[in-house]
Amino acid sequence: MRWFWIDRFVEFTAATRAVAVKCVSLSEPHVVDYVPGLPQLPNSLIVEGLAQTGGLLVSQTTDFRGRVVLAKVGQATFHAPSLPGERLVYTVEIQSLQGEGAVVAGRCEVDGAVRAEVELTFAILDDRFAGVELFEPAAFLRLLRSLHLFHVGRTVAGDPVLVPEHLVAAERASGLIDDRNVSAST
Amino acid sequence: MAPSQEEVFEKVKDALVAALGADEDDVTPEATMVGDLGAESIDFLDIVFKLEKAFNIQIPREELFPDDILTSSTYVTDGRVTAEGLAKLKERMPFADLSGFSKNPLVQDFANLLTVNDLCRYVATKLR
Repeated sequence: MRWFWIDRFVEFTAATRAVAVKCVSLSEPHVVDYVPGLPQLPNSLIVEGLAQTGGLLVSQTTDFRGRVVLAKVGQATFHAPSLPGERLVYTVEIQSLQGEGAVVAGRCEVDGAVRAEVELTFAILDDRFAGVELFEPAAFLRLLRSLHLFHVGRTVAGDPVLVPEHLVAAERASGLIDDRNVSAST
Repeated sequence: MAPSQEEVFEKVKDALVAALGADEDDVTPEATMVGDLGAESIDFLDIVFKLEKAFNIQIPREELFPDDILTSSTYVTDGRVTAEGLAKLKERMPFADLSGFSKNPLVQDFANLLTVNDLCRYVATKLR
């Protein structure tokens, strides 16, 4: 089972905010099994989706080199269940960004109505974890592309968020290269 | 006008309750952040953020967490902070009560030094 809890980014402003969407489907086993008779996306997976949105926003500030992990879920408020057929819009904003981590505010909305509000703290693991690779770089880059991060990613100044060279190099070395995907901005 | 000591304490308490999920009654001026309130290293990031927001101040990390001193071979010998290191810590952290720590200055004990009161005093220095 893949651990992807967002479908794609629709907005990504480096080091500032990101918006991702997650479409809830009755074809997802956990949606059906969580509360028998009342299919819904478990709130814990909404937290995970917000954490993936925020984690990638934080990770991009390190050119995706930093080992960013979710360290703490602070305040978390859920207002209503999220049902099959709904399109959840996850908005995350960086509140504080330091060398050792970040505090991120996350919000889940459906058709403009707030479904959940969550505060997340991420740690950027220090040199004690040097050599620990959380993701295989080429596969990670594929994931970032699949999430449309580089399609919508912009810096605060409005320039495209570029694919870091070290990920491009890893992709080339992996033999998984796809010429359509190797331009600097996508 | 700078807030009163009580106002500072109340805001610091709110930040600690929110960041640590601590019981309000446990957040006393004498409570230590790590030992009594259960703060872990990542919590300090959250606490600093909440204090910056609550008081509209900037908190440089090294002012509250003098890692550079505590990991320096100039100021630490055999896991103990030297007299020179203690002087440096006092200079860096005038708001903290280092009298107890000074008697047996083991680096490993430093993490549990900071009390709620120290935090309040620190915030007060930033509000002057």
